[in-house]
Amino acid sequence: MIIPEPFRLLTSLLAVAGFIGANAAYLVWVERKAAAWFQRRAGPTEVGWGGLLQPLADAIKLMSKQIIVPPGTDRLLFCLAPVLIMVPAAMCFAVLPFSAALVPRDINVSLLMVFAFGSLNVIAVMLAGWSSRNKYAIISAARVVSQNVAYEIPMLLVVITVLMVSRTMNLTEIVAKQAGGFWHWNVFNLAANPLMPVTFVIFFICMLAETNRAPFDMAEAESELVAGVFTEYAGMGFGVFFMAEYANIVAGCAMATILFLGGWHSPIGLWPGVWWFLLKMYFLIFTVIWVRWTFPRTQFYGLLNLSWKILIPLSLFTLVLTSGLLKIFGR
Amino acid sequence: MSAFPAADRLVAGIFLLFVATTVAGSVLAVFTTRIIRSVCGLALASIGLAGLYYFLHSPFLALMEILIYIGAVCVTIIFAVMLAEPDEPRPDKPTGRSILWWLGAIVVSGAIFWSVARLGLMGNWPTPAIDRKDGSVHDIGVALLTTYSLAFEVISLVLMVAILGAVAIARSGRHHE
Repeated sequence: MIIPEPFRLLTSLLAVAGFIGANAAYLVWVERKAAAWFQRRAGPTEVGWGGLLQPLADAIKLMSKQIIVPPGTDRLLFCLAPVLIMVPAAMCFAVLPFSAALVPRDINVSLLMVFAFGSLNVIAVMLAGWSSRNKYAIISAARVVSQNVAYEIPMLLVVITVLMVSRTMNLTEIVAKQAGGFWHWNVFNLAANPLMPVTFVIFFICMLAETNRAPFDMAEAESELVAGVFTEYAGMGFGVFFMAEYANIVAGCAMATILFLGGWHSPIGLWPGVWWFLLKMYFLIFTVIWVRWTFPRTQFYGLLNLSWKILIPLSLFTLVLTSGLLKIFGR
Repeated sequence: MSAFPAADRLVAGIFLLFVATTVAGSVLAVFTTRIIRSVCGLALASIGLAGLYYFLHSPFLALMEILIYIGAVCVTIIFAVMLAEPDEPRPDKPTGRSILWWLGAIVVSGAIFWSVARLGLMGNWPTPAIDRKDGSVHDIGVALLTTYSLAFEVISLVLMVAILGAVAIARSGRHHE
C-alpha cells in the first residue's frame, strides 16, 4: 500500500511530537531516579508506582502556574524564546533514521540538516537571556554563546572525519555502510583511522557541551547564577526549556548512535532493527545522566581551554590523519 | 509525488509563505528601533531565503544558509550587541540634515532595487542545460574545486579583506584611548 506523501509526513510529524514529548517527560523521571540512585536516596516515590506518574503531575503543575513577564523585558522576544528553542530541536528529528524504513524524511543532506538546525538553539538561549534584562541571565547567555561556538568547531571537524570515511551526507546511507557486526561500526573502523574511538569520545564531549549538560552546564549554573537564562521564566515557559534540553540530548545521542555506533545494526549481525537503535541511544542517554551526577561543574575557563587547546587540535589531527590514510589506502 | 488534492496550491502557499517571511524579516530588520529585533529580522529573512533556495532545488545551499547566516553570523552579531549598552537611547528628533540623509538613502536604495528588479525580470538569463545534481558530497566537492574554483577563491579573498579590515579598525580604536 502506498500512502500519499503528505499523509505520511503528517503521521511522522505526530509520531515525532509524541516521541519528543514522552521522552522529555520520562527522561526527567529517569534523571531524578538515577540521581537518587547515585546519591543513595529513593527519588520520587509519591505519585504512582515508583513515582511513575510524577511527570504528569509536574506537567499539570507547570501548566496551571501563572506566566509572569517581568516589567522592562522585551515582551515579544521573551515569549518567543521558548518556542525558538523547541522548534529547531524538533526539526532535527525529521531526518533521523530510526531504522532502514523508519525515517520521516530521507533527504540527501540529512547530516547537514541536523547540524544546521542544531546551531539555532544558541540563538534562542541568547534571546532568552537578553530579553530577560536580568544580570544573571545575561552573564549566562554570554557564557553559553562562547561555549557553544567553541564546541561547535571540534564537533563539526569530527563529523567531517566521519563524512570522509562514509563519503555521503545521507544519514540512512551512513548507517547502511556500517552493516555486519560491531567491527564494521565507525567507532571501531580502525582501518580508516586508528584514532576513531578518540573521535567518538570527542563527539560525545562536544555533544555534552552543546546540550549544556553538566559538567558543562554554564547556561544554568544553579549555585552561581540562580538559574541562568531561565531565571525569569515561570510555569510552562520554564518547562519548555527543559523539554528542549531533553529533546536535544535525545537528538545528540541519536546522532552519536547513527554516526559511530552503527544505528539500527545489531553488534553480532542478529535481528537488526529499531530496537538496537533505541538500546544504543538510551545507553548513551544514561551515560549523559551518569556523567552529570558524577562530575562537578567545570570552571568556565577550564571549559574553554579544553575546547581550544585540546579538542580542536586533536580533532584537526584526526581529520588530517584520516584524509592522509584515505589518500594512501583509500578506494 | 502521488495524487493529493490541491497539491499545487499547497506548494504555492508554502512558496508564498517563504516569500512573505523573507520580506517581513527584511522589513523588521530595517525599521525596528531595537537593535536586537533587527538581528531577529535578519535571522527571519535568512530562514525565508533558505526556503527559497529549497524551491530552487538546492537543499544544500538552503541548509548552509541556515548554518552560516543564522548559526554563525547572527550569533556573532547578537554577541556583539550583548557587549553594548542594554538600553538604547531614544532616537533623536529629525533635523534638516538627517532628513536630507534620509532622502539620499531612499534614492540610492530605490535605484538599487529598481536596477536589480529590472535585471531579474528583463535580463537574458541562461537556463541551465543540465539538472545539477546538488546534494551529494561528491558533486559539491567537484563543483567547488573545478567549475567554481575561481569564485571560491575570490570569496575567500573577500573574507580575508574583511578580517584585515576588522583588525585595522580594532587597532585604531585602541590607539585613541
